[in-house]
Amino acid sequence: MASLEVKIAGLKLRNPTILAAGILGISKKVLERVARSGAGAVTTKSITVKPRKGHNNPIFIQTTKESFLNAVGYSNPGLEAAKKEFENLNDFPVPVIGSLVATDAEEYAYLTENVREIGFKAIEIVLSCPHTPGFGVLAGHSTPETTKEITSAVRKKTKLPLFVKVSPNVMDLGKIVKAAERAGADGITAVNTLGPGMAIDIETGKPVLDFKVGGLSGPALRPIAIRCVYDIYESVRIPIIGVGGITTGKDAIEMMMAGATAVGIGTGIYYRGIDVFKKVCDEMTEFLESHGYSSLDEIIGIAHRD
Amino acid sequence: MEIPEVLEIKNVVKENWKTKTFFFYKNIEAEPGQFVMVWIPRLDEKPFAVTFTNPFGITVTKIGPFSTTLHQMYEGQKLGIRGPYGHGFELKGEKICILSGGYGIIPLSFLVERALSKNHEVTAIVGAKTKDDLFFLDRLKKAKLIITTDDGSAGMKGFATDALKGQLEKETYDCVYTCGPEIMMKRVFEICENAGVECQVSLERYMKCGIGVCGQCCVDDLTVCKDGPVFNSEQLRKLTEFGVFNRDGTGSKIYF
Repeated sequence: MASLEVKIAGLKLRNPTILAAGILGISKKVLERVARSGAGAVTTKSITVKPRKGHNNPIFIQTTKESFLNAVGYSNPGLEAAKKEFENLNDFPVPVIGSLVATDAEEYAYLTENVREIGFKAIEIVLSCPHTPGFGVLAGHSTPETTKEITSAVRKKTKLPLFVKVSPNVMDLGKIVKAAERAGADGITAVNTLGPGMAIDIETGKPVLDFKVGGLSGPALRPIAIRCVYDIYESVRIPIIGVGGITTGKDAIEMMMAGATAVGIGTGIYYRGIDVFKKVCDEMTEFLESHGYSSLDEIIGIAHRD
Repeated sequence: MEIPEVLEIKNVVKENWKTKTFFFYKNIEAEPGQFVMVWIPRLDEKPFAVTFTNPFGITVTKIGPFSTTLHQMYEGQKLGIRGPYGHGFELKGEKICILSGGYGIIPLSFLVERALSKNHEVTAIVGAKTKDDLFFLDRLKKAKLIITTDDGSAGMKGFATDALKGQLEKETYDCVYTCGPEIMMKRVFEICENAGVECQVSLERYMKCGIGVCGQCCVDDLTVCKDGPVFNSEQLRKLTEFGVFNRDGTGSKIYF
């Protein structure tokens, strides 16, 4: 049988599917369910220094059959609660990636230092949220300069594999990922949600999301994510976690052909349930076998070969 | 499509001193125990149990800022509705008992109507603080009705859970259904476990997406919005958070 095992930034994954940040990851127990449902790794909801309620509801709405808008606003109980919630990860069946968000390099460094005791197997820093004031794109974190500054600050505080999550809607994506690589990132997570976008209810004339705007996810995002991963693969040598609109094994194969070593799944849970991970893996195996591939290494980045 | 559909309020019925039912110009299909997300533009969106389907209606008790705003609304005004969502009550056997604590009567009254329409024999134990808190008794007319109040102003003075213990000693039920304060529901579950009776409870958690994606409403590894809100004995036995803690809008634990 074709193997789905991949190695990324020093992590050995039983398969390349990873629960994306912000989806379900409120507790260790629910992350365990995601692991049981077949994920190769899981990412926590993003952790901030202080508890955050996030935006009021609605925070997650569907705008077309293939797209959702979300503006959650980093709802999480904060660093101290996270330390208790995610303690004892040693026996966790798959690697847990700690997603961190902060307002500047100093706060990122503080968070990184303080999550050390948790036992995450990797750290992801989110420099790309399109809808939360003070964070990500809205705080100017999506430039080569700030990417370098924040990545360097985090790098100094951890030896864990470090992933930098980037936005799809920047013109200088190549420069941003190069800056991350030079500052010591071990991998790139691409992409965050697109936009922001907006939906207006025409009966009331009001924006539907309470924050008015939100990032676009779902299958509609996939071609953009594929292109971003393709471009990043050309720009840096560090590996890529491809995220954006993956709901099937074929989607995951396409993402890996664009250059991703692993794939993140988020909104796909809506379309296919929590066991989307197992379904995607089964479909990937079926594809590899029917096409004569024996491992995923044979397809990563093949879209770049002439 | 998981986006609010704006519906016009057809009429508003006052149920008790702080409870109103809002009917809409729409019929829906829903199972008792399912809920809808109700959107007030530029304010918030919250879950409410479906209480009527034809026409569609929700029953709201005034508790916080959202329900207070809802209570000021009247016929002709518009609200956004998503759903119905979630896994509702499952009718079992032929003879059932419902136990309502306070506003738990809202989804349970719909269950009783559905059960009676399918010829189930129904005992309804309805607990309230006082006589003025009772409502929907007209929906329970064909059930064997047992009322308990904390102050004895209606029915028996005492706890609904004690009435349930008494019933389980003399009657055999195929399933007990409960909704109300979580500590009470935990007690109902324990009583049913001791009596060897199947139990279904409707849990409440701070809910955001409503469609099983954001994780905000998780109890242990189950989402209340999609796996629940109704859970059966087999599921409840595995839950470590049931009756222990809730989470607020940040996800911080709030112990009962």
